[in-house]
Amino acid sequence: MSHRQVLQVFEQYQKSRTQFVQTVAELASRPQNIETLQNAGVMSLLRPLLLDIVPTIQQTAALALGRLANYNDDLAEAVVKGDILPQLVYSLAEQNRFYKKAAAFVLRAVAKHSPQLAQSVVDCGALDALVICLEEFDPGVKESAAWALGYIARHNAELAQAVVDAGAVPLLVLCIQEPELSLKRIAASALSDICKHSPELAQTVVDAGAIAHLAQMILNPDAKLKRQVFSALSQISKHSVDLAEMVVEAEIFPAVLTCLKDPDEYVKKNVATLIREIAKHTPELAQLIVNAGGVAAVVDYVGESRGNVRLPGIMMLGYVAAHSENLAMAVIVSKGVVQLAIALSEEPEDHIQAASAWALGQLGRHTPEHAKAVAVANVLPKLLQCYLRADASEDLQTKSKKALKNILQKCVHLPALEPLLHDAPPNILKHVVGQFSKVLPHDSKARRLFVTSAGLKKIQEIKTEPGTALSEYINTINNCYPEEIVKYYSPGYSDALLERVDGYQPRS
Amino acid sequence: MVKLHQENDAIIEEIYQRKNDAEIARQREYVAAVQIQAFFRGCRVRSYMRHLHNSAKILQKRWRGFLGRQFYRILVKNSVLIMKLNFYNGMATKVQKVWRGYYVRKYVFNYYSRKRYLEALQIKNELVRSELEEFSEQQEHVRQRQREMEHKKRREHMARKHHFLISTHVIPGIYNSPFLPYPTETEYLLRSVKPHPPKVKKKTEDNQYDPSWKSYDTTPPKQLPPLTRKPQGPFRTPEDVQKQRYKPFEPTLRVATSFWSLEDARQDMKAKEWTTRVIDDKFIPFSRREHKYDPLLHTSSSYGHLPYGSKYYREEFIDKHVTLEPFKTAVPPIPVFEKLNNTFSQGQV
Repeated sequence: MSHRQVLQVFEQYQKSRTQFVQTVAELASRPQNIETLQNAGVMSLLRPLLLDIVPTIQQTAALALGRLANYNDDLAEAVVKGDILPQLVYSLAEQNRFYKKAAAFVLRAVAKHSPQLAQSVVDCGALDALVICLEEFDPGVKESAAWALGYIARHNAELAQAVVDAGAVPLLVLCIQEPELSLKRIAASALSDICKHSPELAQTVVDAGAIAHLAQMILNPDAKLKRQVFSALSQISKHSVDLAEMVVEAEIFPAVLTCLKDPDEYVKKNVATLIREIAKHTPELAQLIVNAGGVAAVVDYVGESRGNVRLPGIMMLGYVAAHSENLAMAVIVSKGVVQLAIALSEEPEDHIQAASAWALGQLGRHTPEHAKAVAVANVLPKLLQCYLRADASEDLQTKSKKALKNILQKCVHLPALEPLLHDAPPNILKHVVGQFSKVLPHDSKARRLFVTSAGLKKIQEIKTEPGTALSEYINTINNCYPEEIVKYYSPGYSDALLERVDGYQPRS
Repeated sequence: MVKLHQENDAIIEEIYQRKNDAEIARQREYVAAVQIQAFFRGCRVRSYMRHLHNSAKILQKRWRGFLGRQFYRILVKNSVLIMKLNFYNGMATKVQKVWRGYYVRKYVFNYYSRKRYLEALQIKNELVRSELEEFSEQQEHVRQRQREMEHKKRREHMARKHHFLISTHVIPGIYNSPFLPYPTETEYLLRSVKPHPPKVKKKTEDNQYDPSWKSYDTTPPKQLPPLTRKPQGPFRTPEDVQKQRYKPFEPTLRVATSFWSLEDARQDMKAKEWTTRVIDDKFIPFSRREHKYDPLLHTSSSYGHLPYGSKYYREEFIDKHVTLEPFKTAVPPIPVFEKLNNTFSQGQV
């Protein structure tokens, strides 16, 4: 009888412990409870439960801790300060797979907040334990370990280097090849986080043979996996020409373009980023993309998407156009100017407008032919408006000014320049008048048109100080016309005529 | 004499006079002589000097003429050289101009090839655009179909779930209003589907053969065993009963092994061999050559076959046999062998 009673006590204790951790874990999943839990001193109560003899209680305690640490960095710091991490790391190597998952979850939740917390996770020797978890058979364990490694590596280059030094990369590459989609996703995202920091880290990932496996998954129907794959590929190719060439050599090219039509926004954005990162390196790579019909696809993409998703496409067009006049011409014949003009006018955000302005500047700065193509799309007034707008950011102002200057210096298409004569500030007007002064001496029809469209009148009204470039340009223009016409259009000429009438002695 | 003497004085006087005059004139005369001499000597020296000068002039003239001619020749040479150089440079510029123009037009900026390239690019762009359009349309189509399928499935599921709302012969259902000329669509749907069969507890997850017999595991209850007092009577303790009840199933190897395991393994092997085979022709090692059949010495002897080994195997002397009938066993047969009767050879004893 007494035997059972004794056992009953233990049983009851175990039951209530289980109930306690389960309730805490459940409460911790709701953000509104967290503060109360924290004030109730949940940390110090959960810590001994991590060492409980019953595995279920251990796991649930770890889960609850993870949820708490996930919530904000104060709690994550409390986990670090409570010396819980070494315990977790120690048991990561010992326990069963459920516990491993939960422990990796805690490590991930702690590491995600800041580089310091991630560093403290690394200092506990978590990396080796996590890498060993990557060799586990169970895909769930691998997934959570890869996730934690990715969160550690994403903060800065040193942490990423530590992850690489722990030998995680080849195992992550193996994880990509596993059949489970979620594992693939997380491994790809971890690789992306590792190689985003420096060319050396990206090279390590490439040396582990990641590109071929990533490239295989481009046509996978799962959208979330595709996001991560494209993000990883773009992070690899952003660093150097060699890496970009290796990505291109995986024969991603016509296949990638189909993903620009994906229903998922992020997939589209990441694909556009990948294309941009490849195109920005050399004219040859840009040419390769152009020849594959990439520019047309990107132009369509820019036309179809809205907001921030558009940005990489716009930048890609700018990078391609910046390389050479031939490539810029290719963008123009692919109807890129129209889409860029639309983006410039209809996007409300400054940074997208700035990118569009920059891309247009790169398109129009090569030859008069390019400048004409840009000017015909009625871009110049919009650029001017961006430059003059009161609430425009500094970046947008400088970019649009530079673009205007680049285009104007090449533009000889006078009908497009005329509107600018009326509302440009002096520093832009200088370039406009300069273009007129270059063209008018050699073109009689243009001279005639210039007078009839009241351009000459406007020129006479400009106030200049003698000796400046602007006044010289105006002199050059005035020299193209007979003196009477110039006088006729100069302000105050009617008064002068009336005065002459007053002073005239009628002949008898 | 006196006269002479008298005259003497005059003479002396005269002499004296003359002497005085001479004395007075001598300085002048000397100076004049010196002047004359100087003039003469001057003339002579000057003419000599003139002579020397003239000679020097001739020398200098000749020398200068020589030097000048030499200098002039060099100057002419140089200027001719410069002239030629300028001419050649001009010609080279012309050649270079023509060549550069040709080269740039042909290779660097070939207007026609650029035009062709841009046209080809436009065509390619159109192609890519149409392909992408087609692709996205197809994708959209696939998704649409999937959505429709899902929708239909859901509707059907709901219809099966609410199958009891179907109208009977006597009582019209809610979807079959007697005031309408014909029943609603839902009614037809309800008619077209069958209701969910009553829920039957599944015995096993799947009936696939599972050598580890996992699916035969009876899951023990989640909570701990009940703490009831021991029932009165000759019963075993509840722990014992529990233990027996949830005793894990441990099949013998014979049972756990599939009956068709051998065939399965063969099939697997064949399939594996087929997939890993590189070419369909067999690899034949080069050491195996076609040999012509060499007949045995025994069989190919010109003296005919030896009957031993084909006709008879051991020598029998039938005439020495006691009886022609073979012996029969007297002991009872071994039951195992009897059971597997025909599979063993009877043999001769």
